[in-house]
Amino acid sequence: MTRLPVYATILLALMLSIMPLPESAGWLRPDFVALTLIYWSMMQPRYFSLGTAWITGILIDVMHGAILGQHAMTLTIIVYITIQFHLRIRVFPTWQKTATVLALISVGQFLLFWTNGVIGISSTAASYLGPILSSTLLWPVVAALLNSINYRVALRR
Amino acid sequence: MTGRIPALGVRFLALCLLSLVLMVVDHQQQHLDRVRSALSTALYPVRLVVDTPFSLWKWARDNSASRNALQIENSRLRTERFLTQARLQKFRSLEAENARLRAILDAKALVPDQVRIAGIMGVDANPYRHTLIIDKGSDDGVYDGQAMVDSTGVVGQVIEADRFTAHAILISDPDHALPVEVNRNGLRTIAVGTGTLDRLDLPFLANNADIQEGDLLVTSGLGQTFPAGYPVAVVTQVTKLPQQPFAEVSAQPTAALDQVREVMLIWSARRSAEEQHD
Repeated sequence: MTRLPVYATILLALMLSIMPLPESAGWLRPDFVALTLIYWSMMQPRYFSLGTAWITGILIDVMHGAILGQHAMTLTIIVYITIQFHLRIRVFPTWQKTATVLALISVGQFLLFWTNGVIGISSTAASYLGPILSSTLLWPVVAALLNSINYRVALRR
Repeated sequence: MTGRIPALGVRFLALCLLSLVLMVVDHQQQHLDRVRSALSTALYPVRLVVDTPFSLWKWARDNSASRNALQIENSRLRTERFLTQARLQKFRSLEAENARLRAILDAKALVPDQVRIAGIMGVDANPYRHTLIIDKGSDDGVYDGQAMVDSTGVVGQVIEADRFTAHAILISDPDHALPVEVNRNGLRTIAVGTGTLDRLDLPFLANNADIQEGDLLVTSGLGQTFPAGYPVAVVTQVTKLPQQPFAEVSAQPTAALDQVREVMLIWSARRSAEEQHD
């Protein structure tokens, strides 16, 4: 298996993360990058390293104009937890996986909330809770899409 | 598998530590600005790809506009232009008069600002702040802190200029404050963003301050970021609480911040003079 599909889907998720949304729906933007990273670190931890998560995070920081290291740390922590428990999470039924994703995204949003608070960016609670809600609801769809890519690549191997 | 887990833990700690160091350095010092700017320039293609469908859509819409709609728009613009030109004639004579009066008063002559139009890229930036990305960068002479207005009022200022694009912060961002004065009587104060696109707060006005609903706030030029005299907001609500030292005053920005598609970047006369010096 090459790492190409992993990188390609991460790039796609990065693009989705800056895709313009209407002002009223902005707070519901799912965290596509975190979902993609959670999927790959759960299903292909051998082809997916913490370093990739960290670099992806730096790229998000640059694209969002956020403080450098904020998303890098958040994604590294999310991916580390996922890799640690990937064997257990992988055999969960869908609803349990979704609940795990809810917990992971919540950890991520809490870290963003915390770092934003430390550097003095004040924002509404909705802008942190919205992504948790939408990412969790979107997880089964993202997982199904990435599954089809993952199996297609695995079959060719 | 064995032996991989501790290595993972070590890498995890190292990366977390590195992130923390980066955050501290980036927050407190300017050393990383060049790195960030270089990375952001490298990511320009990604922004361009995301922006392309929206630009194409706009282009297609402009191209498929019916002849009738174009004619209507054309005549509307012609009328607008006529009215603006007529008003401008008056403005020119006022400008000359102002220059004469200033000469009598021995005040420094006002130098007109240089402006340039920039488009807003169809790309969302930081969800926790009111920012937008414009399609002009340091290659076009855009600099950090540059003021941005549109035809109706002040929009915001540039906070980070890359080579081809720039991040800008809107005046409605909770971390943004700009020095304003009441156009009616020259009362100076600060307008602070609230995180809501259609409201600014004026938290530093005493209860006895002469301010009322409908007052126009214009930039006072005191912060030296914004040139003086651009409209900012109209006061919508004044609540005077006798038990509080300050009145609660809110205002609505004159620019429709959620509908901005193009902005005017201002090279203030001061800055241009400094550049000519260099």
